[in-house]
Amino acid sequence: MLNFLQMVVNGIAAGSIYALMGLAMVIIYKTSEVPNFAQGEMALVCSYLAYMFLDQYGLPVYAVFPAVLVFAFLLGCLLEFAVLRRAKEPNVLGMIIITIGLEMILMGIVSWKFGAEQKTMPFPVSPYDSLVIGKLYISSLEAMMLCVTLVIMGILFVFLRFSKLGVAMKATQQNATAARLMGIRVRRILMGTWGISSVVGCTAGLLISTTLMQPYMMWDPLLKGFAAAVLGGMTSLPGAVVGAYLLGIIENLFGGYVSIEFKSTVAFAVIVLILCIKPSGLFARHYVKKV
Amino acid sequence: MDMKRDYYEDIRFFTSGVTVFWFVVLIVFLSAFPFLVKNYYVYVANYMAINVIVAVGLNILVGYTGQISLGHAGFFAIGAYGTVTLMTSAHVPFLPALFLAAGTAAFFGFLLGLPALRLEGPYLAIVTLGFGLTVTQVIGKLDFFGGRQGLHAPDLVIGSWNLDTDREFYYLVMVITVVMVVAVRNIIKTRVGRAFIAIRDADIAAEAMGVNLVVFKTLAFALSAFCTGIAGGLYAFVLRFIEPEIFTLLMSIMFLAMVVVGGLGSIMGSITGACLLSWMDLQLRNILSFPHVGTWLESLSRMYFSITGVSNIQFILFGGIMIAIMLFEPLGIFGIWIRTKKYWKTWPF
Repeated sequence: MLNFLQMVVNGIAAGSIYALMGLAMVIIYKTSEVPNFAQGEMALVCSYLAYMFLDQYGLPVYAVFPAVLVFAFLLGCLLEFAVLRRAKEPNVLGMIIITIGLEMILMGIVSWKFGAEQKTMPFPVSPYDSLVIGKLYISSLEAMMLCVTLVIMGILFVFLRFSKLGVAMKATQQNATAARLMGIRVRRILMGTWGISSVVGCTAGLLISTTLMQPYMMWDPLLKGFAAAVLGGMTSLPGAVVGAYLLGIIENLFGGYVSIEFKSTVAFAVIVLILCIKPSGLFARHYVKKV
Repeated sequence: MDMKRDYYEDIRFFTSGVTVFWFVVLIVFLSAFPFLVKNYYVYVANYMAINVIVAVGLNILVGYTGQISLGHAGFFAIGAYGTVTLMTSAHVPFLPALFLAAGTAAFFGFLLGLPALRLEGPYLAIVTLGFGLTVTQVIGKLDFFGGRQGLHAPDLVIGSWNLDTDREFYYLVMVITVVMVVAVRNIIKTRVGRAFIAIRDADIAAEAMGVNLVVFKTLAFALSAFCTGIAGGLYAFVLRFIEPEIFTLLMSIMFLAMVVVGGLGSIMGSITGACLLSWMDLQLRNILSFPHVGTWLESLSRMYFSITGVSNIQFILFGGIMIAIMLFEPLGIFGIWIRTKKYWKTWPF
């Protein structure tokens, strides 16, 4: 039983990262219907920027991280403004190709600049400390991940529910034409969603880079986050979070009880099974296309 | 372009004497090619031909049927591992082994086509992507397939003909490539192909017209997987050594990029796209030895970037090309060709 609980706790910790990536993808998908494959690499650029400032210029953490988050916002806005907005007659495949292209460019730049070898991020919290709650162990880093994720989810919720900009975003998501008629600057909102999503992704990147830092580090979280978002229905923010924790827990339980080797494969098997039963994910209504 | 007046005009292979001429020129060129160039370029041609098979196969699915696949590296891996293990463990001769492996790939394609019946857009993307990753992971974990160490391809013998050089292998690859491409082109022109195109343009309308979606969508996946499986089996003998790390997500993305850069829904486009991108892939691996650009890049890397990661410039270029094609010419190289042809049609007036 204790073992089981421990695995669930670890699963939730792993799920937080997926939740952040999933949230980032859903935010963009809801407004512009683009599955953003460049999400991970946008976060990668930001993490390496943070690494550069911390390690090579020796700047303090409390100055670097906010600066990097601001940079992430600008990067997201820039990509939307410079690339995505320019697409002619966009369809899903075209958008996927464009974001994959962006992903390759960003990853190419990062690995050209920093090389492929493993780096260590100078980070105030050590990955080897751990907290003991009752009889459960949780490393302080995982605890921090969990807290940061919860805080970000809280901020997002408040922002989308109560701020004027957040409500404008929701309006754009529901009906862009109507929103435009109401005087909302739809294209600017679109740019803003890319910025916000980039910030959310960037936090995930910074959290991952504390334990693992190399140019391929964002692949797995991106795919799992995407899978979690799809599991939750791709258009539902709570769905993405639930999907992510579900995925994290299932993965860890499978790794603990069945086979550690196929731990990361089982996530996709679960996705296929669930999508066969509910083709639009768990939390989205399935719209049957009409002619 | 030209108006088709009857059914035969639509399906026939050679539309005019000019096409016959160019086809003959192409065949003669392909058969003389190994004698004209150095050994390395024969290897390059083999590599290109294999990518052409994959691109044409993927085009059936993406370009003609309008589905998305980010998992074709999985079929490629099934083809490669299937052929090699059948030959080493079961001692099946090469050609039957190749077709059995491709058949297995087609079966997996059929299985992948089943969930695809209900999914579209990002949902289909994640399922195919997951399939590709799963195949590689499973193969990497099973000792039967050599695990992480990989497998060595056995000697390639067909009947009494031992193909141990790139030049001999070239003829085998070329024959298979030409046959596959012509076969795919003919399939597209038949009832099956028209059903695929109808599904792409409007699946509900197609269903109303009597196209069985279950049959034709899974068939598109199976056909596409079959082509990719054949290519994978050949690829094992180009490399002579296969390991799970080759068949990554990046490979699936490269296949998709070939189809998109060449032009969706066009056989000639896929061929051009595959040749162009595989040529670039091979050339850009040693970008530092380029004349003029190489030295400049080297000094640039030393000053501002790192010298170890310089080969990653190819990703920047590939990404740039993919974005540029999607932004400026969504029909790819084939679209550029069509526009040029239109522009010069009434020349000099």
